[in-house]
This record gives sequence, C-alpha cells and structure tokens, in this order.
Amino acid sequence: MSGLRKRLRPLLVPVLAVLSAFIVGSLFLMLSDLKHLAMIPTDPIGALTGAMGDVINAYRALLLGAFGDPAKFALAFQQGTPKAWTTALRPITETLVAATPLMFTGLAIAVSFRTSVFNIGGDGQFVLGALGASIVALAFRGMPAPITLVAALAGGIVFGALWGFVPGFLKARTGAHEVITTIMLNYVALQIVQLALRTDFLRQSTNSQPISKVLDFVRVPLLIPLPGLRLHWGFIAALVVAALISWFLFKTTKGFELRSAGQNLTAARYAGMSAGGSIILAMVVSGALAGLGGAFQVMGSVTQMSNDVNSGYGWTAIALALLGGTRPGGVVAAALLFGALNNGGHGMQVATSIPLDLLVFIQALVIMFVAAPDLVRKIYRLRPPKPEVVPAATEGASA
Amino acid sequence: MRLELREITKQFPGVLANDRISISADRGKVLGLLGENGAGKTTLMNILSGLYRPDSGEILIDGQARTFTDPADAIKAGIGMVHQHFMLVPVFDVVASVALGAEPVKGILGSFDRASARKRVVELSTQYGLDVDPDARIEDLPVGVRQRVEILKALYRKSDILVLDEPSAVLTPGETEELFDIIRGLAAGGTTVIFITHKLNEVLEVADTITVLRRGRVAGTVLPAETTREELANLMVGRDVELTVSRAPAKPREVVLDLADLTVRDDRGGIAVRGINLQVHAGEIVAVAGVQGNGQTELVEAITGLRHVDSGTLTVGGEVVQNATPRHVADMGVAHIPEDRSRDGLIANMTVAENYILDTYHRSPYSSGVRLNRKAIAEEASKGVREFDIRTPSVETHVGALSGGNQQKVIVAREFSRPVKLVVAAQPTRGLDVGSIEYIHRRIIEQRDAGAAILIVSTELDEVLALGDRVAVMYAGQIVGILPSEQATKEAVGMLMGGVH
Repeated sequence: MSGLRKRLRPLLVPVLAVLSAFIVGSLFLMLSDLKHLAMIPTDPIGALTGAMGDVINAYRALLLGAFGDPAKFALAFQQGTPKAWTTALRPITETLVAATPLMFTGLAIAVSFRTSVFNIGGDGQFVLGALGASIVALAFRGMPAPITLVAALAGGIVFGALWGFVPGFLKARTGAHEVITTIMLNYVALQIVQLALRTDFLRQSTNSQPISKVLDFVRVPLLIPLPGLRLHWGFIAALVVAALISWFLFKTTKGFELRSAGQNLTAARYAGMSAGGSIILAMVVSGALAGLGGAFQVMGSVTQMSNDVNSGYGWTAIALALLGGTRPGGVVAAALLFGALNNGGHGMQVATSIPLDLLVFIQALVIMFVAAPDLVRKIYRLRPPKPEVVPAATEGASA
Repeated sequence: MRLELREITKQFPGVLANDRISISADRGKVLGLLGENGAGKTTLMNILSGLYRPDSGEILIDGQARTFTDPADAIKAGIGMVHQHFMLVPVFDVVASVALGAEPVKGILGSFDRASARKRVVELSTQYGLDVDPDARIEDLPVGVRQRVEILKALYRKSDILVLDEPSAVLTPGETEELFDIIRGLAAGGTTVIFITHKLNEVLEVADTITVLRRGRVAGTVLPAETTREELANLMVGRDVELTVSRAPAKPREVVLDLADLTVRDDRGGIAVRGINLQVHAGEIVAVAGVQGNGQTELVEAITGLRHVDSGTLTVGGEVVQNATPRHVADMGVAHIPEDRSRDGLIANMTVAENYILDTYHRSPYSSGVRLNRKAIAEEASKGVREFDIRTPSVETHVGALSGGNQQKVIVAREFSRPVKLVVAAQPTRGLDVGSIEYIHRRIIEQRDAGAAILIVSTELDEVLALGDRVAVMYAGQIVGILPSEQATKEAVGMLMGGVH
C-alpha cells in the first residue's frame, strides 16, 4: 500500500458513514414529504421523481448554506464590493463560527475520555467559563482592551477548570463516580448563572430577561474585517489548542501518564504513577478547555451573557469525541462536520421548509454509523482491518 | 468415536498457522497435543470446532469425512470444546448454564423443562464423578468446579470427542489432579479426549499418545512410556532445553529485604498476611511456595508499596519502606515482576517502547521534565528488545500483539533496565512455554549472581524447586516453614503447602 493510501485509509469508514447517513436520511426526508406521498395513488412515478427532486434540492440547499454559493463567489470576484464578499463568505464563516465552541468542548471531552474519565459536565464547564469571562471583562472595564480580553479568557479557563476539578477531586479522593457528579454539577452551574445574572453587576438594567450587559467593548478581534461576518480569532485559537492538546497527550510526560491511566489504571498504578493525580489533571484540563470555549463564545460570537450562550455544546461534544476517535485532529474534523450540518440546516430550512429537526436526525445517523464501523464495512464490503502480524515466533494467528 | 485429521493446512495473512497437520485419536483414548504458544494448537482446535475452515485437508470421524461450516455442525458431530476462558453466565445456576442453548422444553408454550434438565445434569455428574451441585450459582463456584461445569456442558450435548484447551492453566495443583482423574474416567467410559497443553508433565501423566506441534507442523508423535521430558522439550522447541536451569550455589551476603512481624489486610479487610518474618540476602533466591490465595499476592503488594501495611516493619537495604509509594520503592532499586502481566504489568494498547519506559518515563533520558524524548525512548527500547531477544516487528508495535512469552520479556527487560538491588517476582513464568521459562529463569539467576536479592512467589512447585536457594512455604497468611534447597523436595514442600506441618 502506498504511503498516501495508508494515511487515507482510516478516513474511509467515517466518510462512508457520513455518506450512509445522508442516504438513509433521504429516505426519511421522502417519508416526511406529505405532498408527494399524497400523489402516490394517482401518479406513483411522478411522486417518486418529485420526492427525489425535493431531496436533491434539500441537500443542495444544505451544501450552499454550509459552504456558500459558487455563483455568489463569482459575483463577488466581479464586483469586488465588500457587500458582495460578505454575502459570498457568510455561509462558510457561519459554519466555522458554529464549529468553534464544538471544537473546544469536543477536545475537552476527548482529553477526559483518553484518561477513561467520563466527563459529562462539559455543559456546566462551558457556561461557567462564559460567566467567568463576562465577570472578569466587566471588572476590567476601562483597562486597555487587550489586557481586558486576555484576563477575560483567563477567567473562563479558571472557572471551567474549577468546575472540572471538583468532580475530579471527588473521584480521586472518595471514588464518587464522575458521571453522576458532573451531571449534577451541570444543574448547579445553570443555577449559578441564573443567580449571577440577577446581580446589578452583570445584569442589563433595561432588560427584564436575565441577560447581561453588552460586552462589545472587548470583542475577540474578527478574522475577516467585513461588516456582517462574525468569524473571530477564537476559531484559530481552537485549532492552536487542538495542536497543543495533541502535543500534550502524545509528546509530554504528563500526557503519557494520562494515556497510561486511561488505558490500564492498574498497570499505571503498578508503574508508580499516581492514579488520583491523573484523574484530577484530566478533569482540570477538560474543564479548562470547555471553559475557554465558553469564554470565546461570549467574548466573540454572542457578546452578551445569558443561559442561551450554550446550546448543548457539552452534550454534542461527547458524540464529537467519539466520532473523532478521541484524537484532537479527528475531533476538529467532527466539529467542522457538525458545524456545517447545523449551519447548512438553517439554509435548508429557509429554502425548502424542511424542519431543522430532520437535520438533527441526520446527525444522529452519522453518529450511529460511525459508532458501528463493522456495519459500514459490511454494507460496503470492506475487508476488516488487518490484525498486526508478528512474524516468526508468532501467536497472532493461533492463540 | 475415532477422530482423524489429515493434512490440515490453514494460512493466515503472513502466517502459515497449520502446515499439513495430521493427528488421530482412537475411541476412549487421550491424545495429548503439546506445543509452545504459537505452535498452531489453537488454530487446529478452532478448525475442529467449526470456527475456521481449513484451506485444505480433511476431518474424519469414524472414517467418514466431515465438513463443518459453523460450530453447531461440530457439536452435532459429537465434538465438545472446553475453552481456556470459560463461557458461562455468572448469575445462572449450574442446570441453566449447562442446558443453555439446548434446553429441553415442555407444554405448548415450550417453556424450559428444568426438572428434566436437572435430572440429566445429575446423572452425568454422578456417572463421570464430576461432583457438581446442580443448583449452585456459577459465580459462587471455584474455578476448578466451573471447569467441570464446562465439561458437563459438552457431555450434555452428547459429545463423544472432548477437546480441552489448556485446562490446567487456571487450576491449582490439587484441582489439576482431580481433573486428570475425571479425564481418565471419561476415557474409560468411551469418550475420546484431546488434551491441549504446553506442560510436559501433564501430557506424560494423562495422555495415551502425544503429538508435538512446532511452528504449525507436527514435530513428532510419541508414546509417553517411550519418551522423556527432555525429548518432548526438544521436539517442542527444536533445540535442547535446560528444564532446570543450572546454577552455582548461592553466596548470600548482607540482608536486603527484611520483614519483621509484617501484617497486611486484603481488600475486604481480613488479615491476609499474619505477622510474617522473613529475610532475603543479597545473592540468594528465596522462593515462596503456596497455593494461590494464601496471602502471597498481598505480601508482594505490601513490599512494592501497593498495599497498606497494617503493622510490623519492612526494610529494604536498611531503609524502612512500609507504606512508601510504589515509585519510591522502585527508585530504591526494587524490580517488580507482577503476578498478572496483562492486568498489572503492561498496557496492551500501547507500544513496546511505551511499555518499556512505563515506570522510568519520568527520568532522564526519557523525559526532560515536560517533554518525552521519543528518540531516546526508541533507542533504549530497541536496546532492551535486542538484549532480551524480544520477538517483535518493531518497538512501535502494540505490546498486546506479542506472544505471552515476549510480553513477559518486555516486563523483565524493563524491570532489569534500571539498577536492581531487590527483585520481587510473582508468578514470573505463568502460562509461558518451556523456551521462555528457561530464558526468564536464567535472567533471574543472572541477577542473583550479580548480587541482587531475589524473592520469587510462585504456585508452580517445579519453579519454586528449580530456583529457590531457600524455599519458604506460605499457608493461611503465615510462613509455615523455610527449607534450604537440599531439603526442599516435592513431597516436603507439598505437605507444607497443604497446611501439614
């Protein structure tokens, strides 16, 4: 096998899984198409072709909504006006905006899974990170913007890390199961945010809703200086963080401890590693990443702290971590895919009146197919992955 | 029934697992199938039980050629398998476990006819002297009895040919003796038994004929009466093997490990080690014999810092180390070969190189504090692989893909890669073939001759007698006797192990 093919081979199953999800999804799109279903008794062939046409239109709208319309790019090149460029670039940048928080939470969960700690508390760590950033930003108001911004992001990291430390410490010291503690702490986090949003310090006095003052005095700088585009440096930061996490896990001494503890806690203990230390460290790093994601979300994409700052990113992150094989690169790819599906789904909804819920359904199908690699291999008649063969004194085949 | 396999060949990618293997066993006879790990025994049995199809060759039962497309075919043809790892449901009782998949039914709804299943189980159990309580829950039964339940399962399905895959691997010496009695009884009753093992003594004791496999081929078929342990070992390994590694008399020097009134509790809080006094000197091997579960595991864990010491003192080289961390103990020059290599000693999904540094990764040259030095790790691991003759495609191969013997060598190489004052080895050769046993024994003796103190804990009498300069016997958490090697005979040690003194 050539080097390139060998490198692409691990991608084969995920790509086919996505393809399968869209094929199965199209069946459900057709079944939800009442107009054409009603036509079946009178004109079955017309109904089928009509329904298939609608599915193709829907997927087309999804792609255009996620990545942009080539025609609009052509127009932007011709006219060269900022407005034309904004229109052309908007879909793809919104996809990246949607992917950014998912990248952070996905990485957070992947780190914990690598250590065999099941952090289900990404949601709580994310909102507390957002809250921490908002509080610090308001407290630093009036300072030079770069200082305020860095302090606010650091605040997000600290709040998130703290919310990861608590369940990590409880597990290491008392054996309290992290799945239960992190889920419970999600609710506590939400209540803390509610409480904080009632204080005069945070609350926007002109609004009856629990929503904070506008934080636009320290926005994360935009990546493309065009009005109407929200893509900010948080996206680049997520990529850098992914590279850092990869380096941390695979090249550092602490990363080695975390991976060892994750694969075989008993052997790690026998080798003199501190099991409790690894668990706490994994939870702190995990919480810090989710918290940083929350900070970027509130300082970059939405500019106002409220409970709506989070839309289940901590939960989606679990699927992303698994989808990406708990590898940072894989998690980034999975987050981009989900960002595209979420954002493209809006375009599809506008263009075809297909409800967004069906997109959620397709996302679920993607997860299902990726979680069942054997099923995908069966469908496409791929050979199972070769077991590593040890020559000569082998027992790979017989024992 | 008479079973014959003719010229069976099975090719796996990169490995010819079975190369024109022919074996045969007559009705009511025991065929011992002897071979090292990786010799092709298990592949052959998977072919016989219908899990694999051979590339060529035939299976004949009473002279008739048969093809099995799945395990159900093989069961129908009268072949029963008892796997090394049991296939039982822990929460079921014996009757349900045995009948599962072949339940007698009654009534129009076809409900499980427990009474008639129970009757058959009792009949078979009595007929073959299996002595199994039909109503006991599987999880409450000791391992030896669970194995008999597996045998019952095969008999229940009217198997005339019974295949036992490494049946003694999980048994105590006493249980093994009982198993042999059962095998003899089965054979006397007309069952054909195929007994797969890598232990020389066992085939010599129980088999009527012995076929030795080596690297996928038949290396020879011999009769127990006409062969010796040495000949069998030679056939298995393909060269002369020292079954008992020769060693010079010990020259004990200063005390290295000193246990005084050591008391340790087990996981449930019961006392596992009861005020033990033991000294191990530099340059000597003390072998602790005993039936599994008499406190040896807890003793080793206490010495290596993995278990809390209740009372008493524990010193290594004069320094008090009870309740020190495992890392502190290791840093003092204690090498630990743990009891269960895949559970305690290795991380299967990590590479040979990563496992090689598992307890030294934090030190120079492997770590600069923050970063791991991949190059130094690969270089040192390659050195270890060469020095200990570890058969692996590369140091980047996952350690789980290696054979048991090579996995154990990775552990030994790792533990001996740092300065060693004391070696604590628990079951250092469990489940290994004769070649690997010889190798690991020799390495341990080398450490002794280099001046290390060695404490070996083993349930294998042969191993204890082969290595111990002094043999201590543990029973019910206490040391009931310490014999110098010239007085440590099989009989004397065996008596002490059983609690007779």
